Amino acid sequence: MATEEKAQSHKPPRNVHSPQEWLRQNLFNTWYNVILSLLSIGFILFISKGILTWAFTEAKWSVIPANLQLILIGSYPRDQIWRIWTVIYLLSVLLGMSAGIWHGIVRRFAIILACVWLICAIIPFQLATRGLFLGIVVSIAISYLIASNKISWHRWIVIGWLLSFPMTMIVLRGFGENAVLTSNWGGLLLTLILAIVGICASFPLGVFLALCRQSKLPAIRWISTTYIETIRGVPLITILFMGSVLIPIFMPEMNIDQVVRMMIGITFFSAAYMAENVRGGLQAIPRGQTEAAHALGLNYPKTMLFIVLPQALRSVIPAIVGQFISLFKDTSLVSIIGLIDLLGVAKSITANREWLGLQAEVYLFAAVIYFVFSYSMSYVSTEVEASLGVGNT
Amino acid sequence: MDNKENTTNDPIIVCEDIHKWYDDFHVLKGITTSFQTGERAVICGPSGSGKSTFIRTINRLEEHQQGKIIVEGIELTNDLRNINLIRQEVGMVFQQFNLFPHLTNLQNITLGPIRVRKIAKKQAETEALALLDRMDIEDQANKYPTEISGGQQQRVAIARALAMEPKIMLFDEPTSALDPEMISEVLDVMRELAQSGMTMLVVTHEMGFAREVADRILFFDEGLIVEDAPPAEFFDNPKHERTKLFISQTLQH
Repeated sequence: MATEEKAQSHKPPRNVHSPQEWLRQNLFNTWYNVILSLLSIGFILFISKGILTWAFTEAKWSVIPANLQLILIGSYPRDQIWRIWTVIYLLSVLLGMSAGIWHGIVRRFAIILACVWLICAIIPFQLATRGLFLGIVVSIAISYLIASNKISWHRWIVIGWLLSFPMTMIVLRGFGENAVLTSNWGGLLLTLILAIVGICASFPLGVFLALCRQSKLPAIRWISTTYIETIRGVPLITILFMGSVLIPIFMPEMNIDQVVRMMIGITFFSAAYMAENVRGGLQAIPRGQTEAAHALGLNYPKTMLFIVLPQALRSVIPAIVGQFISLFKDTSLVSIIGLIDLLGVAKSITANREWLGLQAEVYLFAAVIYFVFSYSMSYVSTEVEASLGVGNT
Repeated sequence: MDNKENTTNDPIIVCEDIHKWYDDFHVLKGITTSFQTGERAVICGPSGSGKSTFIRTINRLEEHQQGKIIVEGIELTNDLRNINLIRQEVGMVFQQFNLFPHLTNLQNITLGPIRVRKIAKKQAETEALALLDRMDIEDQANKYPTEISGGQQQRVAIARALAMEPKIMLFDEPTSALDPEMISEVLDVMRELAQSGMTMLVVTHEMGFAREVADRILFFDEGLIVEDAPPAEFFDNPKHERTKLFISQTLQH
C-alpha cells in the first residue's frame, strides 16, 4: 500500500479505572447487581467472622505443637531420627548442586525451599533442631557455590538423582538391629515416600502403556487397553485392599512388605490414568512429525524419544501434574488399610483421650499440609510450562 | 559432490509394476520406471493421480502392495534394517516442511547426523552451519522453526535432509504451501542442488522449474505414468491427449 502519508501506529486505548469506578461498573451497575453484591458481601462477612472467631478464640492449637513430631514422622523411632536428617541433607546438597548447574527453575525452586527451611529455623523449636534447619540452608548454599557453572558435572548429578531414591530407602530403613521397619514409617514422611515413589514409578510406566496402546501389534495394544480399562474401572481403595489382603492369601510364601504393596498398588493405579493423559498428547502430534523422523532414518524408539515424546509430554504437562496431585492426595487412602500416614496420624491423634474433640484443629492442619504440597506441584508445573514455552506452536 | 561423469548406466532406483491401494481405492496401477544416478526427474499430474504416493513409496513412507522397488541395489521389503538403510540414502522434503517445532533450526539439522550417522556433535554443528550458509540462512540457526518464514522453513528442511548426505533427494510439492513471494527462494536452492549433481525426484506444479532443470518429466494420471519425456518434447510435442490438456491448463494462468 503506497500512500503518501505513512500510516501512524497508535497505542491501544487504555482501560484503567480507579477502584471506585471499577466497583460501580462491575458490582453496582444495576439494581439487581446491587442486591446480589450486598447479599454476597454479607455472606462473606458472616462466614469469615465465624471462622476467625473460632480460629483465634475457641480453637486449641496447642494440639499441633504437642503432636508435631508425630504428624511429621509418625512412630519413627526417636533415636533414629538422624537417618531422616541424613536424607534431607543429602537431597539438599543434590538440589543445591543442580541449582548451580542448571539455573532457571531449578535455582528458583532451590531458593524457595531454602527460604522455607530458613522460616523453620526461626520458629522456636529446640535449639538443636533450629541449628539443623539452618544447616540445611547453609548446605544448599555451599553446594550451589561449589557446583556453580560446572556444566560438565551434570551427568553425575543426574546419576546422583537416580541413586538418591534407593539411597533414601536404605538410609531410612537401615540394617541389622537398628533397622527401622516400614511399619514404623508414618506421618508426612510416609505420605511423601508413597507419593514420590508413585509419581516416579507411574510416570515411565504410564508412558510405556500409552505407547503400547498405540502399537501396530494387536496383541500388545489389546493387553495395554485391557490393563488400562480394567484399572480405571476399579476404585483405588479396592486395589489397595487387594494388595493388602489378597496378595498374602494367594502368595503366602512371598512375604512382601505392606508399604511396598501399597506403593505397587498406587503405582499401577496411577499408571493407567497417566497412560491416558500421555495418549492424548501422542494423538495431538501430527503424522508429518513421525514421517519426517522416519525419512531421516530414525527408527521407532529414536523417533519416539527425540521427536514425539518431547512434544507430546510438553503438551500434557497440566494433565500429568493434575494426576500427580491427585495421586499425592490419594495416598491418604492407605490409612484405611491401617498404615499411619499423614491422615492416619491425624485420625489417631483425635482418638487420643488427651486430645478428644479437637478434630477440627488437627484435620485443618493436615489439610493445610496437603494443600501446601499440592499447590507447590501446581506452581512448579506452570513454571515448567512457561520455561518450555519457547518455540512452541 | 558427485559430478555428471559419475553417472553409470546402472539405475539407482528401479520400480517394477508397483501397485498400491488405500483400502479399495487403487492409487498406483502398475508403475514401471527407473532413475539414473544424477538424474533430475520432475513428476507432475493432476491431484489424486498418485504422484505423491509414488515418491513416498521410494523411502517406504507408503508401503506398496505389489511389485518391486530397488534403491541402490537394496530391495524395499518389510525388513526394517533395509528400510532404515535406504532412508539414510534418500532425503525427503515435504509440502508442509514437517520441521520439529521443539528443536532449533540447527538442532533440526544435526539430529539425524548425531543420532543416526553417529557423528560428533561439534562436527555435526559445523556441517549444519555450512549447510545453512549454503541455504543463505546462517543467521537463523538458533531460532525455532515457528519463528522464521515459510520459505526459510523449507530451506531448513532441505538442509536437514542434506545433512544426512543422501544420494537421492525426494521433493513432495516443496513449494505448494508457500506464499508466492517465497517460492523462488526455495526453487533457487533446488536449482543449485540440481547443478551439484544430486539425483532428484521432484513432485511439483512449477512448470517453469521443470522445463529449466529437469532431465525428464513424468506425467501421472489415475495411477499410471502417461507421459515420460525430456522437457522439450514434453512441452512442445506431448503424445497423450491428457498431457496436452494438463499443459494447456497449467500454462494458462
